[in-house]
Amino acid sequence: MIAPGRERFRALALVLPLLVFILITFIAPLATMLVRSVHDPVVADALPATLASLDGWDGEGLPDEAAYEAIARELVQAREDRTLGQVAGRVNRVQSGLRSVFTRSARSLRDVTEGPWRDALEEIDEAWADPATWHAIRATGQRFTGRHYLNAVDMQRLPDGSVARQPEERRIYLPLLWRTLVVSAVITLLCLLLGYPVAHLIAHAPERRANLLLALVLVPFWTSLLVRTTAWIVLLQTQGVVNDLLVSIGLVGDDGRLAMIYNMTGTIIAMTHVLLPFMVLPLYSVMRAIPGQYMNAAASLGARPAQAFLRVYWPQTLPGVGAGSLLVFILAIGYYITPALVGGSSGQLISNMVAYHMQTSLNWGLAAALGGILLAGVLALYLLYDRLVGIERLSLG
Amino acid sequence: MTAAEAGPVAAAESDVRVEFEGVDKSYDGRTLVVEDFNLTIRKGEFVTLLGPSGSGKTTILMMLAGFQSPTAGTIRIDGRSVEELPPRKRGIGMVFQNYALFPHMTVGRNLAFPLEVRGLNAEERQERVERALQLVRLEGLEDRRPGQLSGGQQQRVAIARALVFEPDLVLMDEPLGALDRSLREEMQYEIRRIHRELAVTVVYVTHDQQEAMVMSDRIAVLKKGVVEQIAPPEALYEEPERAFVARFIGENNRLHGRVVTVDGDLCEVETGRERIRALRIADCEPGDQVTLSIRPERIAVNPEPGVYGNQVGATIRDLAFLGDHLRVRMDACGREDFIAKIPNIVGHGGILVGDTVRVGWTVTDCRALNHEEKED
Repeated sequence: MIAPGRERFRALALVLPLLVFILITFIAPLATMLVRSVHDPVVADALPATLASLDGWDGEGLPDEAAYEAIARELVQAREDRTLGQVAGRVNRVQSGLRSVFTRSARSLRDVTEGPWRDALEEIDEAWADPATWHAIRATGQRFTGRHYLNAVDMQRLPDGSVARQPEERRIYLPLLWRTLVVSAVITLLCLLLGYPVAHLIAHAPERRANLLLALVLVPFWTSLLVRTTAWIVLLQTQGVVNDLLVSIGLVGDDGRLAMIYNMTGTIIAMTHVLLPFMVLPLYSVMRAIPGQYMNAAASLGARPAQAFLRVYWPQTLPGVGAGSLLVFILAIGYYITPALVGGSSGQLISNMVAYHMQTSLNWGLAAALGGILLAGVLALYLLYDRLVGIERLSLG
Repeated sequence: MTAAEAGPVAAAESDVRVEFEGVDKSYDGRTLVVEDFNLTIRKGEFVTLLGPSGSGKTTILMMLAGFQSPTAGTIRIDGRSVEELPPRKRGIGMVFQNYALFPHMTVGRNLAFPLEVRGLNAEERQERVERALQLVRLEGLEDRRPGQLSGGQQQRVAIARALVFEPDLVLMDEPLGALDRSLREEMQYEIRRIHRELAVTVVYVTHDQQEAMVMSDRIAVLKKGVVEQIAPPEALYEEPERAFVARFIGENNRLHGRVVTVDGDLCEVETGRERIRALRIADCEPGDQVTLSIRPERIAVNPEPGVYGNQVGATIRDLAFLGDHLRVRMDACGREDFIAKIPNIVGHGGILVGDTVRVGWTVTDCRALNHEEKED
């Protein structure tokens, strides 16, 4: 007889490796990302005295001499600590042009040993006479900030503290987010239209043929994503197989070759192909559980084939339709590699922008905020599905 | 073609609902699962297709419903060939093996379905659904889902759904197979009652001979796609024409032997060391192998000498008291499983295991049928 406490401990010990794994590889990065989207201590750590002296500033006109002295000393210090670049980058995102102002000022201030600091700074760059510069410093100096989220939905905080939309030409994320949602919806619909008949065929075929057909669905699934995506490049490019075929049968002229890749069309075609198995498999598993007797019953009760399908078959496949659509849609709105390869400039999705901010602009806060919005969207979708269909009816094959 | 055109006119006065004429069915093009099936079903008749699995009974039903088409032969409903008629236009109510109730619809919606696709208005639908539920005694369950009902209730809903659009012909494919024994018995009487009330024609498929006996006006016994005998239950029991029927319907003692002499309707058969006189049912000549069948309840133990046309010696091997009768198992005519049933009212006359007795039966209770060595 084992003591219940010990038994519980054993059970815990068995799940512990997985728990630790999930904590390290999933929960922790996710939490870090979410924290990063609202927490940015760089400026606050580098310019504490400046920010303290700005506390008394009413935001009208320019701050007092103490603030100028503090920023002058702390810029020099930051340059020595090699954090100046990061600080300048942060401030520059709020008020462009400030990067060079900061670095130049820090360099020139080495030779200045005493005040008046305001005159000295204004002599180095007249940006120091602009209240916007100070607003930018104060804004980026907040440790916890909604700035990235505002940014991610094309909003900004004005110097007076109110929130407003970005000027028209700077609104990029909301249109991109909207485009991502629309494209994902289109891909989901295409996958459903293409996958439903296939799943039906497999589910109701004799076993041997069903296995063969299922293998045909799965083989692409097991093939490298890169191979499949580049195969589409071969097929769809201007001098590619499909265009050659269209030209040779005279459907389009040689000079009218279709642009089917490196644009939105390419993204949609390639992603539909890549995501199709995620639609077919849940549908197949649901359809296989529907006995053919139901259709016979409907027919014997006088239903035409279309009626039998719409009233009897289709409703019973809804858990599969929901599962497949949810899966494809969620995968699609976060998809990165395929649009990156075949999307060109017009076929980019929100995840490509996340990658850009992670790798190129190094604005991780904004990247995290965009990721946070995606995550919230997916969770909202999940809850919506739960409310409408019931998550326990979800069948993932 | 002219026959088909004349059909409906002829059917107007005819009391024939369904005709099978030389129907064959093969799935693979080589083996026939149904062979030369002929059956005429009158209006209002309850006909059961009875047979073990693989006898082709369900295939025949599926051909009548329109889910399978015959390889050869003709099926007529009300005198009209249904070859080109899809299932939905045959106007047949069907009860499926596992009910096939639509799981995503309530009972009410299930019943309303055939009415909706026929374009009946809501008021009429409601009225007919209520009437159908009344018929199967399930009033007030409209809003339940099939999954919330017991097996017996689901069965009733399935029957109600097959009847709600008032078809002239109802097919039932082993509808009681999934129910437990007592429920099955109750449903048998229920189906009989509904059949009587509606005077609808029913074609019923089952492998349970008792079920067939309880409900049917006539039973078609099938074996490997071939009809063995079509007859009312009493006739099947009392006058089986084939060894398979004798074995399949009720219990029978089966003796294998060789015909010695033939005398009109009678014949004499040698089995073991005995010579048995029997009714000559199979078309046999002296020298032919036949199977004799004798009902256990027609066998008398230690009868008065001279009363029975057949008397043989036997040794009692086992006695079992089964309430309404005493079951006697003995060695006789070269078999070790010769059974006699002595009704409780007769009294068993003090026989004991190991006793040597004489058993007897009349010539008319002993039927010489086609030879059937293997019991498959």
